[in-house]
Amino acid sequence: MGTKRHFRVWRGDENGGDLQDYQVEVNEGEVVLDVIHRLQATQAPDLACRWNCKAGKCGSCSMEINGRPRLGCMTRMSTFEENETVTVTPLRTFPIVRDLVTDVEFNYVKARETPAFAPPADLEPGEYRMQQVDVERSQEFRKCIECFLCQNVCHVVRDHEENKRAFSGPRYFIRAAELDMHPLDAKGDRKEYAQAQQGLGYCNITKCCTEVCPEHIKITDNAIIPMKERVVDRRYDPIVKLGRRIFRRDQLEEQGTRPGPLLAQEPSHHAEPGADGVKWNRQVAQGQAAAVDENGRLPLSEFTFDRAAAPSPFGDDVTFPLPPDDLNYHHSNKWDT
Amino acid sequence: MTTNRIERHHYDVVVIGAGGAGLRAAIEARLAGKRTAIISKSLFGKAHTVMAEGGAAAAMGNVNSNDNWMVHFRDTMRGGKFLNNFRMAELHAKEAPERIWELETYGALFDRTKDGKISQRNFGGHEYPRLAHVGDRTGLELIRTLQQKIVSLQQEDKRQYGDYDARIRVFAETTITELILDGDRVAGAFGYRREDGEFLLFEAPAIVLATGGVGRSYKVTSNSWEYTGDGHALALRAGANLINMEFLQFHPTGMVWPPSVKGILVTESVRGDGGVLKNSEGKRFMFNYVPDVFRKQYAETEEEADRWYTDPDHNRRPPELLPRDEVARAINAEVKAGRGSPAGGVYLDVSTRMPAETIIKRLPSMHHQFKELADVDITKEAMEVGPTCHYVMGGVEVDPDTGATIGQVRGLFAAGEVSGGMHGSNRLGGNSLSDLLVFGKRAGEYAAAYADSLPARPKVSQALVDTAVDAALAPLSRDGENPYTLQQDLQAVMGDLVGIIRRRGELQDALVRLAELKERVAKVSASGGRRYNPGWHLALDLRNMLVVSECTAKAALEREESRGGHTREDFPAMDPNWRRLNLVTSLEGDEVLLSRKPVPEMRPELITLFDRVELSKYLTDEELAGFDALAEEASN
Repeated sequence: MGTKRHFRVWRGDENGGDLQDYQVEVNEGEVVLDVIHRLQATQAPDLACRWNCKAGKCGSCSMEINGRPRLGCMTRMSTFEENETVTVTPLRTFPIVRDLVTDVEFNYVKARETPAFAPPADLEPGEYRMQQVDVERSQEFRKCIECFLCQNVCHVVRDHEENKRAFSGPRYFIRAAELDMHPLDAKGDRKEYAQAQQGLGYCNITKCCTEVCPEHIKITDNAIIPMKERVVDRRYDPIVKLGRRIFRRDQLEEQGTRPGPLLAQEPSHHAEPGADGVKWNRQVAQGQAAAVDENGRLPLSEFTFDRAAAPSPFGDDVTFPLPPDDLNYHHSNKWDT
Repeated sequence: MTTNRIERHHYDVVVIGAGGAGLRAAIEARLAGKRTAIISKSLFGKAHTVMAEGGAAAAMGNVNSNDNWMVHFRDTMRGGKFLNNFRMAELHAKEAPERIWELETYGALFDRTKDGKISQRNFGGHEYPRLAHVGDRTGLELIRTLQQKIVSLQQEDKRQYGDYDARIRVFAETTITELILDGDRVAGAFGYRREDGEFLLFEAPAIVLATGGVGRSYKVTSNSWEYTGDGHALALRAGANLINMEFLQFHPTGMVWPPSVKGILVTESVRGDGGVLKNSEGKRFMFNYVPDVFRKQYAETEEEADRWYTDPDHNRRPPELLPRDEVARAINAEVKAGRGSPAGGVYLDVSTRMPAETIIKRLPSMHHQFKELADVDITKEAMEVGPTCHYVMGGVEVDPDTGATIGQVRGLFAAGEVSGGMHGSNRLGGNSLSDLLVFGKRAGEYAAAYADSLPARPKVSQALVDTAVDAALAPLSRDGENPYTLQQDLQAVMGDLVGIIRRRGELQDALVRLAELKERVAKVSASGGRRYNPGWHLALDLRNMLVVSECTAKAALEREESRGGHTREDFPAMDPNWRRLNLVTSLEGDEVLLSRKPVPEMRPELITLFDRVELSKYLTDEELAGFDALAEEASN
């Protein structure tokens, strides 16, 4: 009763591999993961693929289907044309283990680096009181099923292995945002931490992560942008700034805040403002061309860019006019004496 | 390159299973200062617990202040048809609120009441709104919270010892195939890592089993591939007992359409929030299926039932909220009578009951799931649902207070779905999330205490390890049957012959077929190598599935009555004499042995929490006389 369909599945390991062709039966109402299971049961018993719940709740069966990062269990076969070839490949951002299985350890490393919930010291278990409206913002991010599709599609790490060290990725930005917005979290510097240690500044808001999220979490709009905005707010707030000057927190924050690929690293002797408060020789960001693959094509994530061409050379979290203190020239004032 | 090298690890406590029970046990063992390993068959955080939608039952009394542990205890015993281990039900009802509150200190964000407390919702079988919940993704919240708590403990250890893994480590995608004993004491666990197929040996004096259920032996199931009864089988082979294996819960409302998601659950809260069951004639049929024991608590007319949602104090609840087995049986009867849907289920309708936005607000992931998977909009049309294998009440027989297994082995503990007794013959919705927290904590605590109490560590003998290696490698070198075919055959036997409605002849037939399958499974082969080879993994799991299926079939044949998750067409009534008996299975060599064991008797102060009229439906005359004597003593 089913029809035969053409599937191409990547088979191989870290030493290489290729797409293999299969003709496989497909029945009405099935999803891609069903077809992978049929391949295992009939033609390829050792075809490696992760899965658990088969209901879009565990986030295990992440794969790239016709180049799109998807959950295998949530991709209905009816979304393809009858004669369309379905190509299934492993997540590109993570190292291959075998076939469709990749090593997602990166994500667990970043999870460990993200500071945990800090319980309020003055409340015993059972004494927590929070309003629904206040928990809802964080609850949105706790819907995350950790499928890591957002991590996979994020162009900061997708084709830039070198950025992985300093960049936690969208999954952990929403974790930081969730804790930042938690009504009772006792740690007050989630935003600063995200900027300084998680590499929030690398993100230039292309919204690819939001686009692929199977839980439809508004990662960019509801987590990343508010985290960036308020980091900007605080950085320019006069009192906070004074505090930073006094306690030298700016030096602390400065570590890792500058987005590598978008903004050249400042040499340390430039970090200190001159006597007149001007950062002489402050280096201006370098523009960066959009990354292309070996065939000269834009990576998938660029298709979903919200604007044409390359990102702003000044970084997306810079708004104009810039505060005078951040400028590297001295605005002469004729009334100066 | 894979080799026969074995990676050795030394721990104080090894927890097998990384679902709610396993993680909670591991947290407790680590808090007790023990070096703890967590063995996860999948990636960390992907456990089957995420599938639990409804909530975690705990008598916090946040929504209705009449609720307390005694009411919860009563509901649990009632739901389990008085076959529960009363002590487990008591501990569970008493400790569940603390376990839930504790989760908030780990960062959990439950839905709130108006005064800012944890909101609680109605659920089948619970007298008051009792389920702490987060929309309909409570299981996910629980797993994520426990996972993040473990990360926070690792961060503490990193600060103190410079290593995240210093005192608690997660071994992801690792499967244990054998427990290693030293005499009658647990000495370690042997298994393989999926990623590279390398073998691992964990030497540890205390092991906690938290491997979940057995659903993958069934054709239609809500369970994930991991649910192959590993813990049940490991316990059996180590000399522990299983009890109540005949009791399997078939969730009444699993999706039956489209086929790709057959078996996936539609949470009971759809019914708790106003969803109704209709047959193909559009009739709300549950009113015809209220059993006598429940007649007093349930509405008799649609009008009264509908009033209950807004005024529960003056109306009786709708029959859609009957315990799960009653609902499953009713659906089965409707389908058999020819009033089912095209795909062999019935209709669950919420679309005509409340506005679309309310549905989306209250049942967000349900709405999402149906939209994405089936292209069905539950705010506009009814769902097609039917019974699906969901939960096994039976499991490893444990000491109620410590979670230590009962049988021939020491140092082995069990918690969560893999353990038996807590839920009796039928589990109430919401009692599983609280079960795994309460008994996960206890198992971790007592496993740690046991490890401390040993004067010397048990020794792992190389001969046993070599045997385990040979057994694990055998399918790769054999030329035999495809494991997938064998699994399908096993699922067919269990689904068709040991399913929701059982008969003597079919059960006998099932045992014959299982014996045949046993011989075929002994010769199963897997092609390919050791690196992430699902065929090989399944070949190894089959052995576990088979022995556990045999326990279920044997116990189901023995128990000649219908109770909770065990329905015999040839013995349709509940028999008070059978209530006094647990069926215990154990393994001798390759042989599954079955024996009878009395159900522990409730303490006087607990049994007197019940109404005599209610007890008279469950207890023998002899037991009732005992109850009357107690009542008289109390009144004097």
